Amino acid sequence: MMADLSLNQSASQANFGKIALRWLLYALLGLFALYYLLPLFVMVTTSLKSLEEIRTGSLVALPREVTFDAWKTAWSGACTGIQCEGLRPYFWNSVLLAVPAVFLSTLIGALNGYVVAQWKFKGANLIFSLMLFGCFIPFQVVLLPMARMLGLMGIAGTIPGLIFVHVIYGIGFTTLFFRNYYVTIPSELVKAAKVDGANFFRIFWSIFLPLSLPIIVVTVIWQFTQIWNDFLFGVSFSQAGTQPITVALNNIVNSTTGVKEYNVDMAAAIIAALPTLFVYVVAGKYFIRGLTAGSVKG
Amino acid sequence: MAPILEIQSLFKNYGSTEILKDINITIEPGDFLVLVGPSGCGKSTLLNCIAGLEPITGGSLHIGGKDMTHVSPKDRDIAMVFQSYALYPTMSVAKNITFGMKVRGVDAATQDRKLAEVANQLQIEPLLQRRPGQLSGGQRQRVAMGRALVRDPKLFLFDEPLSNLDAKLRVEMRSEIKKLHQTLGATMVYVTHDQIEAMTLATKIVVMKGGVIQQIGTPAEIYNTPANLFVADFMGSPAMNLIPAKVMQNGGGARIEISRGQGGPIVLHDPKAEGLPEDVILGLRPEDIAEAGFRAGEGVQEAECLVDMVEPAGADTYVVSELGGKQITARMHAETSASAGSSLTFAFDLNKVSYFAPETGDRLN
Repeated sequence: MMADLSLNQSASQANFGKIALRWLLYALLGLFALYYLLPLFVMVTTSLKSLEEIRTGSLVALPREVTFDAWKTAWSGACTGIQCEGLRPYFWNSVLLAVPAVFLSTLIGALNGYVVAQWKFKGANLIFSLMLFGCFIPFQVVLLPMARMLGLMGIAGTIPGLIFVHVIYGIGFTTLFFRNYYVTIPSELVKAAKVDGANFFRIFWSIFLPLSLPIIVVTVIWQFTQIWNDFLFGVSFSQAGTQPITVALNNIVNSTTGVKEYNVDMAAAIIAALPTLFVYVVAGKYFIRGLTAGSVKG
Repeated sequence: MAPILEIQSLFKNYGSTEILKDINITIEPGDFLVLVGPSGCGKSTLLNCIAGLEPITGGSLHIGGKDMTHVSPKDRDIAMVFQSYALYPTMSVAKNITFGMKVRGVDAATQDRKLAEVANQLQIEPLLQRRPGQLSGGQRQRVAMGRALVRDPKLFLFDEPLSNLDAKLRVEMRSEIKKLHQTLGATMVYVTHDQIEAMTLATKIVVMKGGVIQQIGTPAEIYNTPANLFVADFMGSPAMNLIPAKVMQNGGGARIEISRGQGGPIVLHDPKAEGLPEDVILGLRPEDIAEAGFRAGEGVQEAECLVDMVEPAGADTYVVSELGGKQITARMHAETSASAGSSLTFAFDLNKVSYFAPETGDRLN
């Protein structure tokens, strides 16, 4: 009887311990979430306040009066240096830059990965290692040679020039992604298709590409985020009129004189970040799935 | 008629490693040739060379009388079935089967007609709209065969097509392939490591080891007169008994002495052993050793042996004893009186005996 009781007691004690641990875990996670969300909260609320309210109110307070003026200014009126057209033209620059650059680097990466994984040739591994090496070269190192290259090619300061740079520096990663995905596909598929009479491109197009959706999503998200958020190449290889949004954002924030319009800065920053956020929200679940897809047999 | 496939002194190296050495094979129309050997013997590489999926280092290869040594796989008029089936995962069964025709630009009406024919032949009509992922192993196997059949090639190549199936299905598909071969009269090359598959399917067997052909022959030839110790040991289950023995020449025949665990050596007489060297390895299939009284005739001789083990296998009972320092297996009828630990009179049927040289392993008679 006594033994029974103490057993019960220790069981309930263990239970209590479990629940306490769970709550501690949730509290900790909640705290981290808050910590991460606070800057976003401040950005959103500040962008919705008037300058007057920002000066007088507290940083974390909700806006007394919601106004979208700052967003309007950021989009189409804010000054970047001498021009006051807001972010709009630069947003389109970034779209014109990111879409083709993402498309091309993904396509080339897929072809490269296909070759390196399934059409082994002498030195394939060496070339692949060199490409990987390219992933880890700091971008600052290549600024000067790249500027010279672009000059020689006659596309310095243009959007095609920026696309070229991003495609070149994206290939390392995209090749890695596709290669790792394609090595898990049995080589007998290629053999079967060869016997069936298909050639290199036909096999890629009819058999490998249709299999690649998960890894395409991963690559597109990765490349889009990289290219959209890039500042260094953007600021180095563009000129007035071809600057991407990140450069324009910097100009808006740093080139104002007189009163600092925090609400406009915040709105502009959110606008600049929205496309990448959008891509994550739309394709995020494929991202996780794609990262682990290669490991599971189809 | 010209041979369908003619391989002349084919060599294949990977770097400095020799994978295939001096391969010579000729296949007549309607042949079912099985390449058999342990894993790593080069049989799959040889098949890939025939298909053109691996370049060859030396020698020549003719298919249908034409030199195909350097021709790409698609122009060799072959079809191949792979171990992993290699079905295109994103295509339906119908598209998998017609892919080859589509690539070659065959018109849609012909594609549909041939697809219907093959689907009917393999009884896969209900599966045509499914994806390979939705099929069972046996169904995938059928689709893979369908993809090969629809091409109607000169030569079919099979790369261990049954090894991913469970035992029961394997036997079923095996007889189906055999039936297919008989109805189509097609010429086939089939790779397997399973010697039973080789025996049941082949009209001609090529036994390989270490990239070298050990023996080419009909299943009966391979089984009854193996060319060397490797073939003798590899083909047949349970394996052939290979017993070290001494040959004593005495005028009108030879005496064969085999040492026995207890008592003196067993002495057998065989005129075929005349002229053999003193040390030989005597090869005798388990079914050529029976219980005394159940086998009679010329060449059958009896001797008493100690039974070590009795293994009932349903239709037969395998009786294990020790002779010449080796475990030997005798295949006896199910109701044998043999029991472990007691002695029994064995009947040795020397009509199909093989003799091998212990050093080289080569056949002597």
